Amino acid sequence: MTKNLRVKSSEFIDETSRISFKFDGKTYYGFKGDTLASALLASNVHLIGRSFKYHRPRGIMTSGSEEPNAIVQVNPNSNITEPNARATEIEIYEGLEATSQNCWPSVNFDIGGINNFLAPFLPAGFYYKTFMWPKSFWKKYEFFIRHSAGLGKSPTKRDPDIYDHRNIHCDVLVVGAGISGILAAKNAAKNNYKTLLIDEKNELGGSTIFETNENKKINNTFSSEWLKKEISEVKNIKNLEIKTRTSVAAYHQYNYLLARENLTDHLEKKDKKNKIRQRLLKIRAKKVILATGALERPLVFNNNDRPGIMLSSAVKKYIDFYGVACGKKNIFFTNNDSAYESALSLHNKGIKVDAIIDIRENSNAKIIKKVNEAGIKIYWSHTIVDTSGYKRLSDISIMKLSNDGMSVIGSKTSISCDCLGIAGGWTPAVHLYTQSGNKLTFDEDRNIFVPKADNSEQICVGSCSGDFELDEIIKNLSNKLKNFLNISQTDFEDISLENDKETSKRNIWLLPSDKPTGKTKPFVDYQNDATAKDIKLALREGFRSIEHVKRYTTTGMGTDQGKLGNMHALGIIADTAGVKMGELGTTTFRPPYTPLTFGTIVGRNVGEFFDTFRRTPMNDWHIKNKAEFENVGQWKRAWYYPINDETMHQAVQRESKAARKSAGILDASTLGKIDIQGSDASEFLNRVYTNAWSKLAIGKCRYGLMLNEDGMVFDDGVTTRLGENHYIMTTTTGGASNVLSKLEDYLQTEWPELDVYLTSVTDHFATASLCGPNSKKILNKIIPELDLSDENFPHMSFKEVTVDKIKCRIMRISFTGEQSYEINAPASFGEAVWEKCIEAGKEFDITPYGTETMHLLRAEKGFIIVGQDTDGTMTPIDLQMDWIVSKKKYDFIGKRSLYRSDTMKENRKQLVGLLTEDPNIVLEEGAQIVSELNQKPIEMLGHVTSSYFSPNLNKSIALAVVKDGKNMMGKKLFIPMENKNIGVTISNTIFYDEENKSINAKL
Amino acid sequence: MFLINCPYCGERDQQEFKAGGEAHIERPKQPTELSDDQWAEYLFMRKNIKGVQFERWNHAHGCRKWFNMARDTSNDEIKAIYKMGEKPPPQ
Repeated sequence: MTKNLRVKSSEFIDETSRISFKFDGKTYYGFKGDTLASALLASNVHLIGRSFKYHRPRGIMTSGSEEPNAIVQVNPNSNITEPNARATEIEIYEGLEATSQNCWPSVNFDIGGINNFLAPFLPAGFYYKTFMWPKSFWKKYEFFIRHSAGLGKSPTKRDPDIYDHRNIHCDVLVVGAGISGILAAKNAAKNNYKTLLIDEKNELGGSTIFETNENKKINNTFSSEWLKKEISEVKNIKNLEIKTRTSVAAYHQYNYLLARENLTDHLEKKDKKNKIRQRLLKIRAKKVILATGALERPLVFNNNDRPGIMLSSAVKKYIDFYGVACGKKNIFFTNNDSAYESALSLHNKGIKVDAIIDIRENSNAKIIKKVNEAGIKIYWSHTIVDTSGYKRLSDISIMKLSNDGMSVIGSKTSISCDCLGIAGGWTPAVHLYTQSGNKLTFDEDRNIFVPKADNSEQICVGSCSGDFELDEIIKNLSNKLKNFLNISQTDFEDISLENDKETSKRNIWLLPSDKPTGKTKPFVDYQNDATAKDIKLALREGFRSIEHVKRYTTTGMGTDQGKLGNMHALGIIADTAGVKMGELGTTTFRPPYTPLTFGTIVGRNVGEFFDTFRRTPMNDWHIKNKAEFENVGQWKRAWYYPINDETMHQAVQRESKAARKSAGILDASTLGKIDIQGSDASEFLNRVYTNAWSKLAIGKCRYGLMLNEDGMVFDDGVTTRLGENHYIMTTTTGGASNVLSKLEDYLQTEWPELDVYLTSVTDHFATASLCGPNSKKILNKIIPELDLSDENFPHMSFKEVTVDKIKCRIMRISFTGEQSYEINAPASFGEAVWEKCIEAGKEFDITPYGTETMHLLRAEKGFIIVGQDTDGTMTPIDLQMDWIVSKKKYDFIGKRSLYRSDTMKENRKQLVGLLTEDPNIVLEEGAQIVSELNQKPIEMLGHVTSSYFSPNLNKSIALAVVKDGKNMMGKKLFIPMENKNIGVTISNTIFYDEENKSINAKL
Repeated sequence: MFLINCPYCGERDQQEFKAGGEAHIERPKQPTELSDDQWAEYLFMRKNIKGVQFERWNHAHGCRKWFNMARDTSNDEIKAIYKMGEKPPPQ
């Protein structure tokens, strides 16, 4: 296995820089310019991995991104490991390590290989059929199935690489830098279009760049030589940007494309450091030229998957581009002329080609003569009926095809070989074209799907549009460009062309064998081990839609997305079912064209940049004072402030007591604040809140409830009238942006006649909420000049004051039931005002409290939290808040819905209080509530929405929604838990200070 | 990803916008006079057609203005964009 098959120095390979790498633990050598595949082939290594289902040995099939077999784990057991990488795309670098996938203990001896012999028992749909019974066994089956499934291993550690995103706008985007793409980009850029040219390979020029076919000449030189000159010109055009190693992943509407630019994967490890590995290009192009080329098709015959069986075009690229022969005894199997070019490429470099098996009866192309002159034997009208060689192809058996191509006749001939190039014709790479939303049409004559029509924003050129002959490509390209770019001429329309025309065609989707189909393994999808037999089985079992057959047989569902075999699957379905391929349609081509890393998709948005955090102006103080934080929407809010080793429960109990006994302080800066101005501001509030606002005096505050048009509670908060036409509305922390959007929506679309202006001022103010019986004394210390008497500054009113030259708005409002002042300071002075309160409160043991204590205190008072005690199905009536719904107002958002038969139903869930029989048991939020324990099925009456242990009442309290709860006061119900049933009694929702004495409490 | 021509700001990427459902559904002026069925018609019933659909869009991460769009749902072609309060263009 160490024979060197490097035959001739190639200009694309730098033989002066030798590179060592490891494959499956063994060290190999290659050169700069090699891919992992070409370097391994040069060392005569064909066996790369095992197939997914049968664990059959598999080798390198292609030389590009369509590779189904040679997929490897790169840099295994490291934090930069990557599974399912295509050996045909990995550029080797010093220190590269790769291993085979889907084999154990090794690729040479794989235990799973037994599946190959069990194959008769593993037909399509095997898993569906076998593991469905007995039903209870599924969990056991699943364990084993999952264990044996999957190809590569995903990394388990954090990805250390850097990824990036970039937006690009261009006039013309050209995808694919083959001969068509190069000429298109050049002519676009030279005509003043800002142009971007993208190709997935590291070299420009596609397959023409190594073309030395004497029958394909441009201006009397090899097409490759001519193209090289064009490329050197193209590289120097100013408004043309060229990106290689860049693969377009997705083509969305309005010419929006996503591409992955690979920046460091080909570099040595030391050169990768601190560089961006991959970049996602988000491209918006005015015009797109698709020059994505064509993919060669394999042929589907018995045992067509052995290592050593490759696409004919790949054999040609390995010899002409990489200078590597894929075998010492080569045979080609073809249905068209392109295999003859590959054969001559080998022959011209002194590599033996023993035979060409051609299913056609003859061909008049000039190249046939050359092949004959080279002494290569051609078997016309023959097909391969079987191959042998387990880990490497050793022999093929051929027989003569019948006239109808349905069977084989005559005697069997065996030929030994170690490499078989197969050529089944070409499939235009229309993946991106269809992703953009455009339709394909089937060309019956050539058995290909081609783009239906070009338009003014997009054209397909070259072989992806179905032009395979050089003269057609050049002529059509020139005409299309003139029209598309609105130019009078192209700079290549007068070149002289020589070109061998293909004249003879014969296509057989499933080639016959001397054995019945059931006894053969003609692979259609190599990676997923789907054979023609599986497809026929699916049809016998009644599947007709191509999308269903695909899923049942898993054809085209591998990481390669069936780039090679999908056409054969369609062909076999059409032939078997007796329908036309054009009528069958294709499966949907979905992005990405080739797999993307997660890193590329997320770019810089990882770790702390994953989502935006919002912090209040007092955040540093909270951190200094050891607060634990909780996420509320995007906000980081102080949750509780543990002292020493306090648990959350202990801290919350202490904070809650302090707030009611003396004084507490809460950072309420996160509440949404909307500034409302305009001569119709009062009328506007009347329309959006359920209660009346016209009579609210200036300097007064009012609590409001906002509904959706369907009558369900949407948000709540206190709004203060600052002036005749000026209000400030507060919203819930999480609802702020939704409330603003909704209010804007109504203003702009339903009530444009109202003179009202809305401005979000959430971030402009910091809010310190001072609460407790001593709050008034603390405030008095800070602002001695303000008269804090209940007469001058009563509950639900507002004062504008100056604290040390800081202009503050103080609202006397309460979410705890205690006497309470919300001090709103400009955000930049928030921390200063907060510290002033703390300082002034020291003598009263002022206790900072977090959101958890806030929730507890409000629950003691039965105040709801929208989103916790409501869930989008609760009306104010359900919340027993009838008092806030105005009966007098003609209309407000959601009013009509409160009188719908459904919202007026008696047995709706209603908000109630719950007291546990054992006052020490704290219920779980979300727990279900039932009335009968022995009933089956047990009826769920509702669930617990808020639950706490109240230190001020020394018992457990809870809020819940219960069916018809309003009429069940005092009724005993149960909460069934895993180990016990908890007895509860329905109560009033107000547990603490029902008479509201604390609001004006005087110590 | 659409390219949307905001009538106030010009062409912008779709990610700056928020779709707001079917257009030209006017909130009834006298909701209390409607039957449950009539109110439900306004509240819940929306079209979901293959073909040209009239939609509300909001330039949420831009000027915050609402406007209308006529979009062919079968190929996502934006046929017309017009301001709130304006009549839909003839087909």
